[in-house]
Amino acid sequence: MAEKMALAKAINESLRRALESDDKVLIMGEDVGKLGGVFRVTDGLQKDFGESRVIDTPLAESGIVGTAVGLALRGYRPVVEIQFDGFVFPAYDQIVTQLAKMHARSLGKVKMPVVVRIPYGGGIGAVEHHSESPESLFAHVAGLKVVSPSNASDAYWMMQQAIQSDDPVIFFEPKRRYWDKGEVNTEAIPGPLHKARVVREGTDLTLAAYGPMVKLCQEAADAAAEEGKSLEVLDLRSISPVDFDSIQASVERTRRLVVVHEAPVFFGSGAEIAARITERCFYHLEAPVLRVGGYHAPYPPARLEEEYLPNLDRVLDAVDRSLAY
Amino acid sequence: MTVESTAARTPRRSAGSKAGTTGTKRTTRTTAKKDAGAKGTEPQLVQLLTPEGKRVKNAEFDKYVAGVTPEELRGLYRDMVLTRRFDAEATSLQRQGELGLWASLLGQEAAQIGSGRALRDDDYVFPTYREHGVAWCRGVDPTNLLGMFRGVNNGGWDPNGNNFHLYTIVIGSQTLHATGYAMGVAKDGADSAVIAYFGDGASSQGDVAESFTFSAVYNAPVVFFCQNNQWAISEPTEKQSRVPIYQRAQGFGFPGVRVDGNDVLGCLAVTRWALERARSGEGPTLVEAFTYRMGAHTTSDDPTRYRGDEERQAWEAKDPILRLRRYLEASHHADEAFFAELEAESEALGRRVREAVRAMPDPDHFAIFENVYADGHALVDEERARFAAYQASFADEGGN
Repeated sequence: MAEKMALAKAINESLRRALESDDKVLIMGEDVGKLGGVFRVTDGLQKDFGESRVIDTPLAESGIVGTAVGLALRGYRPVVEIQFDGFVFPAYDQIVTQLAKMHARSLGKVKMPVVVRIPYGGGIGAVEHHSESPESLFAHVAGLKVVSPSNASDAYWMMQQAIQSDDPVIFFEPKRRYWDKGEVNTEAIPGPLHKARVVREGTDLTLAAYGPMVKLCQEAADAAAEEGKSLEVLDLRSISPVDFDSIQASVERTRRLVVVHEAPVFFGSGAEIAARITERCFYHLEAPVLRVGGYHAPYPPARLEEEYLPNLDRVLDAVDRSLAY
Repeated sequence: MTVESTAARTPRRSAGSKAGTTGTKRTTRTTAKKDAGAKGTEPQLVQLLTPEGKRVKNAEFDKYVAGVTPEELRGLYRDMVLTRRFDAEATSLQRQGELGLWASLLGQEAAQIGSGRALRDDDYVFPTYREHGVAWCRGVDPTNLLGMFRGVNNGGWDPNGNNFHLYTIVIGSQTLHATGYAMGVAKDGADSAVIAYFGDGASSQGDVAESFTFSAVYNAPVVFFCQNNQWAISEPTEKQSRVPIYQRAQGFGFPGVRVDGNDVLGCLAVTRWALERARSGEGPTLVEAFTYRMGAHTTSDDPTRYRGDEERQAWEAKDPILRLRRYLEASHHADEAFFAELEAESEALGRRVREAVRAMPDPDHFAIFENVYADGHALVDEERARFAAYQASFADEGGN
């Protein structure tokens, strides 16, 4: 059944389906119950599935993830919510030292089917710690998988797949796109969770992005088209693993790559992509891989975030710089 | 905390509400006065067996060990002796270079055997890295504990095989896993209990405080078993807490009890009581087993830098094995033949452990890439293939 719905609603529907189809699935987090989460992503779930499956937790992020590890050891599949990107750090220890390593250190005896949902990114005029993009800090950790959907349909299906995964998945939700509507076919057969998708074909340059920046890249491609430039847009969807094969295939055609993300460029996911694509496509590239992203500065106050975040002009500027080589 | 109930786009934790907060008054004192916060609540110690091996009556806890037979008493003694022998062997193996490190439990045998023997098979244990005695009670082969200390794995046993989770090195993390597991037990409607081990140092960790909060709020069937062995490497308990650790429980809304951690009967009784509370839906309990780490923190530590020998000597007089032996002898529950036989069994265990460790092979190089993920990962596959090609490149040179 195809239906148009907002990205937040698509996640809500996906969580509902998971709760219906597997009684080991639990929702945990701060305010996820009666309130339905501060972004209403879990709206109505506690009412329909009860307090023992949709659990309002104490305000303690390490406790949320640490108890989720224990519940997973007992055979449950917890989907936990960290209320905002900047609040994940109290849980970072449990995620990095426990959740990520449990499968390896048990020599595969113990599985950790835990999804950590994190609304992330800026552009909503929020106060400090509510607009960050910490995905690289998780992609750097072996044992974790890191994904971020850009649209409602992907949000629905990637959440289904993340919950079914026997590995811990850090699920970054692009909060500024929560209200963007898209067609969701709940009976479709989804592609693999970690496979990139060509959003728009082009011949002159590849723009690679994920989460909130995919839409911006599409807009950039539209604007470039008016100037006669044909840009390919790639939605990476997964940050660990990265689908380097798809990026390579695209770059071998277009010979130019610009990676766009909100996170700081320094040691960001774009740096890893640039290094690996340079290795893979050295003789195809006409220009160095360029990156557009945040600066090496704390996320600025809301009235400065438009200057900090990649926008249409900054993406097009990078496109021009690449094409100038 | 106020709950935001308006527009979903409004950020929840506004920093603005802190405007107008003035700085708190500081005092110049940097160390709390001893027991300053515990006036009128002098520590109570549950003890059923004195250091001299005398059985003392306890109105509250006697009933939990009333049915302990002489045979079971000999069993507890045997467990402690064999655990100590295993521990001594591991320390020697480290000195001989067979292990990279060892964390000795010397002195804590009663706390571990008493609590470990209180458990049922279906209960679940979340240990630190020093619970060799508890592992023994759970039936984990002692040689399995040595893999991580030898450096051939980071765990090495199936936690679900004996309901004994892997050793946890990050201090206090496992208390949250225990709490989550216990929440799951309650959801399943089972009457199993969960026990989380940790130490006096861990009592300062946020994760331990959070596990107290979560277990209390959800009434989780978990026993927090703190072995206060007086030292967190070089830091004495006064550097961790201004009140006796067991009294912390009160603030979280569940009972805490201090037991003589060198009294195996006391530990058995108090743990049985706490487990019974968990099974009957009364929620968490904190047990503080007051004991002493007779050896170094690990084989890398040098306790002569921070504590005097007099302290150790005073605790030697409270030795957990010696006191049970005195009781067994005085009550004629064990004879010379029993002790002689145990001595032989103990030496055989030492030999077996020694031989097993020396025979423990190094892992295959490709173990680096094993089990990183349950469902696989493209980058791990790519790096494994590169590593294989790199290894294979030595073949022509007659290397490995």
